[in-house]
Amino acid sequence: MLTEIVRFAWAALTGHRLRTSLCVLGVAVGIAAVVMLTALGEGARQYVIGQFTSIGSNLLSILPGKTETTGAIPHMGGVANDLTLQDFLALQREIRAAQLIVPISMATETVSHGERSRQVAVIGSTPDFLKARELRVALGDTLPPGDVERGSAVVVLGKTIAQELFPGQQPVGQVVRVGEWRMRVIGVLEEIGTQLAVQMDEVVLVPVATGLRMFNRSSLFRILIKVRSSRDLDATCVEAIRILTERHDEEDVTCITQQAVVSTFSSILQTFTLVLVAIAGISLSVAGIGVMNVMLVTVSERTQEIGLLRALGATRGHILWVFLVESVLLAGLGGLVGLMTGLGAVKLLVWVYPAVPAQAPWWAVGSAFLLSVVLGGLFGVLPARRAAQLDPMAALQRR
Amino acid sequence: MIELQHIAKLYEVGGQPIYALRDTSETIQSGEYVAIVGPSGSGKSTLLNIIGCLLRPSSGAYVLEGQDVSQLDDHALSHVRQHNIGFIFQSFHLLPRLTALGNVALPMVFAGVPSAERQARALDALESVGLADRAQHRPSQLSVGQRQRTVIARAIIMHPKLLLADEPTGNLDTSSGQQVMELLELLNRQGLTLLVVSHDPNVARRAKRVLVLADGQIVKRLTGAEFPVSSMPFSQGKTSEDETSRC
Repeated sequence: MLTEIVRFAWAALTGHRLRTSLCVLGVAVGIAAVVMLTALGEGARQYVIGQFTSIGSNLLSILPGKTETTGAIPHMGGVANDLTLQDFLALQREIRAAQLIVPISMATETVSHGERSRQVAVIGSTPDFLKARELRVALGDTLPPGDVERGSAVVVLGKTIAQELFPGQQPVGQVVRVGEWRMRVIGVLEEIGTQLAVQMDEVVLVPVATGLRMFNRSSLFRILIKVRSSRDLDATCVEAIRILTERHDEEDVTCITQQAVVSTFSSILQTFTLVLVAIAGISLSVAGIGVMNVMLVTVSERTQEIGLLRALGATRGHILWVFLVESVLLAGLGGLVGLMTGLGAVKLLVWVYPAVPAQAPWWAVGSAFLLSVVLGGLFGVLPARRAAQLDPMAALQRR
Repeated sequence: MIELQHIAKLYEVGGQPIYALRDTSETIQSGEYVAIVGPSGSGKSTLLNIIGCLLRPSSGAYVLEGQDVSQLDDHALSHVRQHNIGFIFQSFHLLPRLTALGNVALPMVFAGVPSAERQARALDALESVGLADRAQHRPSQLSVGQRQRTVIARAIIMHPKLLLADEPTGNLDTSSGQQVMELLELLNRQGLTLLVVSHDPNVARRAKRVLVLADGQIVKRLTGAEFPVSSMPFSQGKTSEDETSRC
């Protein structure tokens, strides 16, 4: 019986081509929007995860301070104990699983040469920082190895900074002013672009001890540890915290693994995707109202037909199904067209901008189509009920 | 076949009760050929729709084939219409998007008849009204006479015992009207009970029996031969509802 009704409804839809196609278009736009926006959101998520994993997922960070809520106010004025270079040396001595251990100090300073100056992020670290972040120098030398506590007045410039301060000149060997300090340029980084949301072409690197003195700080920004295998991440965290707790007489540092950061970002971006879907949902609900509108017009236009079908023995139930199926077909068709349009648009986007890994996740594709069918059912109920409730005789005589 | 016992139909128009039909009793035997005549507003359409189970009487009992259908619910009435009654309308009520074959097969769709059987039976029915060669034509491609014969094929497709024709020749020229009446009378001779509502005295005179309605009541019962040839006992003016012709 259902197949008969589907066939009957299909014939009715194809009988009004223009109206049917406009209504299908409305739903298609909504569904295409859902597909495209989820693809973009999902693409952004994949992109960020890719960024993290490109610099290795075997990283963990030690931060000063405990990110834990306690009952009393534990340390007035912020962190009780600094994360010092001695802490870094202790970790370097004791952690066996570590491939690299990198101390980092960080602040924003003005870098200038002659008339030209700009604010940049100054990172104080060791040569290992470049290894951990997979950075290379294009010109000159990397940060000087040796005693980390002895900071010399040298600087490695990011590519963009070098170009801006020394347009058309050889920067290596020149002197720049960083904050109050006069420093010698010993190298320039290779162009790398954005890494973990930091434009690495626009930073300058200085030895870690120089950084601490320059920023007038006693505490490191963080200590980066790269382990050999991701299996060592958790154990290394525990060990690092144990060593530092021993040294500080209390647990006052936090260890974050790269994976935890990735999953946090991932879940934030997932929420972002869902927000996009919700926005697309608005256009979809407008399309649903369009379906309802068309179905209401259809019902009032086909009142005589409804009267006839009732006279020929169709029950109220039959009439309800005829119009409900018609509405579902209409919306489902729109869903199908929208899905293909959306997927096509995503393909086009990736073709034009290969850097954006936009891809509609299968759950979005599946649920977008399902949504369109549900939409048809939901917005078809009112018109179909109205059709079914018509009095057969009155319907037949309506003109 | 049909027993109407004190049937009345009451409408409320602007809070005022209006009787479309009052205290009407009549018995129609199986195989009869009855014409119902009367001026517009006399209640003949109301009577036909009650007999056709499209309308429930406000009071009284309607016994069709021994079953009191005035007490049935909507679903059961649909079933009665489907299997016992064939409708022929003045304005045809053919679906323009379906072929003649599709239109004739339509009642079987909702009766759950399998597709192949529907095709065969619909073609048979079209053949019996002389339209087998028009099966694939849409209503707009048929003459009005052919349209009405398609409607007759549709009316008999479920093998009903009762045919109800509301102004069957109202939209037809004389010769195709003549054809349609002959076809209906042939079906009547084959055993179907035939009820015809008409303005046309020539149509009424063909019936065995004529019921004359006025003011919601049967005021005269005549034989067809007794019915006056030219002068109708009421106004012949066509009402607006008779004017439009549709598929």
